[in-house]
Amino acid sequence: MSTHQTRTEPAAAVAPGRTPTSLTQGTGGLTKGGIGESTLRPDGILKVTGEFAYSSDLWHEDMLWGYTLRSTVAHATIASIDTSEALATSGVYAVLTYDDLPTEVKHYGLEIRDTPVLAHGKVRHHGEPVALVAADHPETARRAAAKIRVEYEDLPVVTDEASATGPGAVLVHEGRDDHHSGHVPHPNIVHRQPIVRGDAAAAAARADVVVTGDYVFGMQDQAFLGPESGLAVPAEDGGVDLYVATQWLHSDLRQIAPVLGLPEKKVRMTLSGVGGAFGGREDLSMQIHGCLLALRTGKPVKIVYNRFESFFGHVHRHPATLHYEHGATRDGKLTHVRCRIVLDGGAYASASPAVVGNAASLSIGPYVVEDVDIEAIALYTNNPPCGAMRGFGAVQACFAYEAQMDRVAAELGMDPVEFRQINAMEQGTVMPTGQVVDSPAPVAELLRRVKARPLPPERQWETTEGADVRALPGGLSNTTHGEGVVRGVGYAVGIKNVGFSEGFDDYSTARVRMEVVGGEAVATVHTAMAEVGQGGVTVHAQIARSELGVTQVTIAPADTQVGSAGSTSASRQTYMTGGAVKNTCEAVREKVLDIGRRRFGTYHPAWATAELLLENGRVVTDGGEALADLADVLDGEVVDLELEFRHRPTQAFDLRTGQGNGHVQYSFAAHRAVVEVDTELGLVKVVELACAQDVGKALNPLSVVGQIQGGTTQGLGVAVMEEIVVDPVTAKVRNPSFTDYLIPTILDTPTIPVDVLELADAHAPYGLRGVGEAPTLSATPAVLAAIRQATGLELNRTPVRPEHLTGS
Amino acid sequence: MDFLRPASWQEALAAKAEHPSAVPIAGGTDVMVEINFDHRRPAYLLDLNRVGELAEWETAGDIVRLGASVPYTRIMEHLRRELPGLALAAHTVASPQIRNRGGVGGNLGTASPAGDAHPALLAGGGEVEAVSVRGTRMIPIDDFYLGVKRNALAPDELIRAVHLRKATGPQQFSKVGTRNAMVIAVCAFGIALHPDRRTVRTGIGSAAPTPIRATAAEEFLTAALDEGGLWDNGKPVPPAVARQFADLVAAAANPIDDVRGTASYRRHALAVMARRTLGWTWEQYRGEQQEERNQPCA
Repeated sequence: MSTHQTRTEPAAAVAPGRTPTSLTQGTGGLTKGGIGESTLRPDGILKVTGEFAYSSDLWHEDMLWGYTLRSTVAHATIASIDTSEALATSGVYAVLTYDDLPTEVKHYGLEIRDTPVLAHGKVRHHGEPVALVAADHPETARRAAAKIRVEYEDLPVVTDEASATGPGAVLVHEGRDDHHSGHVPHPNIVHRQPIVRGDAAAAAARADVVVTGDYVFGMQDQAFLGPESGLAVPAEDGGVDLYVATQWLHSDLRQIAPVLGLPEKKVRMTLSGVGGAFGGREDLSMQIHGCLLALRTGKPVKIVYNRFESFFGHVHRHPATLHYEHGATRDGKLTHVRCRIVLDGGAYASASPAVVGNAASLSIGPYVVEDVDIEAIALYTNNPPCGAMRGFGAVQACFAYEAQMDRVAAELGMDPVEFRQINAMEQGTVMPTGQVVDSPAPVAELLRRVKARPLPPERQWETTEGADVRALPGGLSNTTHGEGVVRGVGYAVGIKNVGFSEGFDDYSTARVRMEVVGGEAVATVHTAMAEVGQGGVTVHAQIARSELGVTQVTIAPADTQVGSAGSTSASRQTYMTGGAVKNTCEAVREKVLDIGRRRFGTYHPAWATAELLLENGRVVTDGGEALADLADVLDGEVVDLELEFRHRPTQAFDLRTGQGNGHVQYSFAAHRAVVEVDTELGLVKVVELACAQDVGKALNPLSVVGQIQGGTTQGLGVAVMEEIVVDPVTAKVRNPSFTDYLIPTILDTPTIPVDVLELADAHAPYGLRGVGEAPTLSATPAVLAAIRQATGLELNRTPVRPEHLTGS
Repeated sequence: MDFLRPASWQEALAAKAEHPSAVPIAGGTDVMVEINFDHRRPAYLLDLNRVGELAEWETAGDIVRLGASVPYTRIMEHLRRELPGLALAAHTVASPQIRNRGGVGGNLGTASPAGDAHPALLAGGGEVEAVSVRGTRMIPIDDFYLGVKRNALAPDELIRAVHLRKATGPQQFSKVGTRNAMVIAVCAFGIALHPDRRTVRTGIGSAAPTPIRATAAEEFLTAALDEGGLWDNGKPVPPAVARQFADLVAAAANPIDDVRGTASYRRHALAVMARRTLGWTWEQYRGEQQEERNQPCA
């Protein structure tokens, strides 16, 4: 088991009191705990018993507390900032504004460096960081920040496409010179990606039915439970040690170091306990701020956002408006799709360009359509910045195209599932981008499986003692005992890419060490992979056991002392860093076998002739004959390798036609939603949300099902409750708290039966397919379809609110 | 911020007299949220957790004297028969953890229109026992709510208990939220039949600046029940009467559009809840009457 320091122990002089620790996992049996088994998380018990150290638990003797002063308005010129009173406050060590930034690099960003570390001259969204305070107590820092006088002079607010690109539109960013600025039709458009294939106009003429629709997708938040937090500790060499909860250490590092004016090797980052991410930690939050304060004061500085601030501390899912036109022939074949997707990127670019690429390339769903005309854009506005969130552009599109598929089926008088199956893509289908889908794509089969499942019984709320309100819409709020309740059933299926696309050099690094400890061969896996809850720490140990035949595997803390693992996003970590661990383990195995051949090769001919494996602490032949104990082979030697792993290269999408082999791998999930709607009050109970998904190979079946259930629930959330409400006039956030930004409770979460298919992708490690995002796509449109069936309403907007269902 | 920790009720009253701006705190499920969100920074917090009698209740005659700090969980578990409307409302308060800490005194002290207990208190009827070093006064619940988060307490007064009439007939409570648990009311409705007085009382939450009764609806329904002899003949409430009652409840509300819902939805939902809860309570009443009639004479 791992050991954990707690607050009660005296802290060492330099190392923080609560830091990430190694997670050592033994299985205590033979050949146990390899891939394909549902081994348990090494941090699971720690988490459910409250012992796990999250980044908000970081502590250091003599540390200061940082606080961020944020803009109270969405778009304004900063006329003046007066920090004198704050600086004079007892207990305050530093107050920093833009003028205090130490180098010429004063902006950061994932792709476009357009985000000011601290506001300069103007603020572009509600909650933008303006000044920083470090003090000896968090309350002192907060009070001192309240004494900073900022004079704002309001500017007109850009809130939607009309105000962003209409005549006389105010520019959110003047003088753009980023790599997208040359091809966009307006400076308030971050990126535009058209995709044209075939001849949609000619195909439309062949259509027997044409259905058009306009859809609106609300702004969803990642709503991770562990708020943004970290601890920056100044080092004697002039550098800084940063402990932080993030999704990609090396991407942070690339953005942090230039602002501090330090070489990357002097900014040593260690991942701290991450309480969820879902895309919301891809962008920087407190990282640079904490380091700036630490370097200025010479003291360790901790910053923890509270829940309110967290809503301003990370980007959200892009809200979108989507226009679609689908055509089909009488026999149910799609003729063409035309669509236009407008994503609101908010004040800064964040991941908007990549979200545009995804939305465009996945915009028609997992269907065969030869003639398409597609356009996706992301706007700059003064709304909250939007970027990565689970599903990443594919979610918004899926909501719209699946609504369209139902409507076309209705026009044709066809069963909605059958209509989808007629048009379902399969291996060999050509995407709108021209890319051939070259691994299994069991779309029709996934739909068949969710449809074949028996429906949950009707009127489950009826008991001999009256209505069980927990099983009814409204739950314990006791709004119905069955009155007004109508059942609906809906289906949806989606397609999501896995890994980083469009020519990005996407790689992961793994360092694996094998040695003998206490007479037993053991392995240590060291990567920079951010464990955000997805279970990489479990899977890496399983891979090492399978590849190296050891029982005990130690997962070293993730840090920047090893090469990049890429981002924990895009459903990519098991594929990529898992692939890197497999790849490095294979190289380590060869080294170990070389040592074995050197030492024992003369004793048995199999050393030279047979395929050799490492199993149960021994070298064995593929026939199962044991040749030597690994402990004897290694003896005193240590094998220690660090290698990079890459997926197949991808290509950029052509800026005019959208053609290109842009994606690495595709993943597919289908849902059937069964809902009960109180049609008089507009309240919804999702009774069951069945999912079928192809995962290629389930390395850890328990984790796979957990991912699918979690993604399904997040999709349910944005169907019926989750939305950041932004005032359309002031662009200010109206509900930055869990009081009014609602996420599903356990009473809102239905039974989620999961059907896992394992059709191997020959291009991927173990044949696996990224799991995390696909279920988030189809859950939302399935629930909407079910509510439509129950109510007969069009419902072109998500999330659905009660007043949308009652018409009041 | 000073933290006052009186060891007894008398000490608590003395502290409140000395520091009238002190904010009393018991379960902290409301006060701590306000403090954490920096919505208020009182100079003094008055911790009532050492005053054990606040967490107790007693019954005398037809009255339940419910201590201000009796947690909602205990109300649900132990007072379901005496205070059915309040017990149903208690079920809808936040989460199990918060129901273990929060009590009616906090709802009354904050006097938010969204407090879940208010509609049930208004419908059931009762008095608030307000105490200061000057003495005790009983404030009828109908006179307690003065404005948005304003109540009838004097600055030196603390809530000792609420005196609630034991139910003499069926009571119901309904609340609309946009999820199925742990949600602040978009709007809420409480109804209590009082067969002994042949009256009906109601309470509306989250649909006006204060919790309110729908008095016109109550008067209409009371008259209609009388007129039809329904208390005695056990007939169903005519649909037209139920509809009119529902419309009058909706008309009594004075809701706003906010991030949780629209004014027009709130009115609509109140009408639906009023109609449904009237149906549930009246059917229960009829059933009980029927059972009584079927009892053989002793």
